[in-house]
Amino acid sequence: MTVPIAWYLVLSAILFSIGVWAFLIKRNIITVFMSIELMLNAVNLTFVAFAHQWHQVSGQIFVFFVMVVAAAEAAVGLAIIIAVFRTRNTLNVDSVDLMKL
Amino acid sequence: MYLLLFFIFGGICVIGALNLLLQRHPINSALSLIVVMSSLAVLYLLLGAEFLAAAQVIVYSGAIMVLFTFVIMLLNAGKEERTHGSKTAYIVGVPGVVVLLCLLSFMFLSQKSRLGSARLGDYLVTTSDLSAVLFRSLLLPFEVTSVLILVAILGAVALARREN
Repeated sequence: MTVPIAWYLVLSAILFSIGVWAFLIKRNIITVFMSIELMLNAVNLTFVAFAHQWHQVSGQIFVFFVMVVAAAEAAVGLAIIIAVFRTRNTLNVDSVDLMKL
Repeated sequence: MYLLLFFIFGGICVIGALNLLLQRHPINSALSLIVVMSSLAVLYLLLGAEFLAAAQVIVYSGAIMVLFTFVIMLLNAGKEERTHGSKTAYIVGVPGVVVLLCLLSFMFLSQKSRLGSARLGDYLVTTSDLSAVLFRSLLLPFEVTSVLILVAILGAVALARREN
């Protein structure tokens, strides 16, 4: 019993599209940030699927680095969200559209 | 068996992602994202990436999502307010997403025979294979990422600190 690699790629495309959609229509800054993580995960699945197809370890190394960078990004991003919440008292992205306090 | 596992966990992935989109409370979105990430770990295991499956559970559904739920609870984030954002996002963005999905799916499915297929256990990358590449030919990028994480820790502390 085999599964075509194309199905994995289609699954990853579906997850990526849902991530873009959530990024566009969500209004809570934390949920917007979570949809970015969803997109990163979808791309990781593509990397692993291609690494499996071409029997290359490099694809999985890429995923490893994406995970490391995503962890760093999540830490800094959430710290920025906390700082934004302290100064504006809101998490709605539409209320955070001025650079001036 | 393999097909069944793929459909079960692929289906859970898509349902969890849709739930993230449809829920209005951020904590529900965070929990459904944990479901997506955990079932992606099973898919990695099906593709023979055992180290990445473990790292996915530990780093993503463990560390990153705990950070997310912690921040949601710390800021006491309530239900999402319904405000209308930019019109362009709805008019151009949502059809754009559908077009992107159709284009990608058409491309992948038309190349289906050339892309080959996956069988359970036909290509297994062990942790020692991965570390041989990571610690020999890619040692410098690996060390640079540790500097990146250090900078990220310092930045997170500096940004989240309460100013006096």
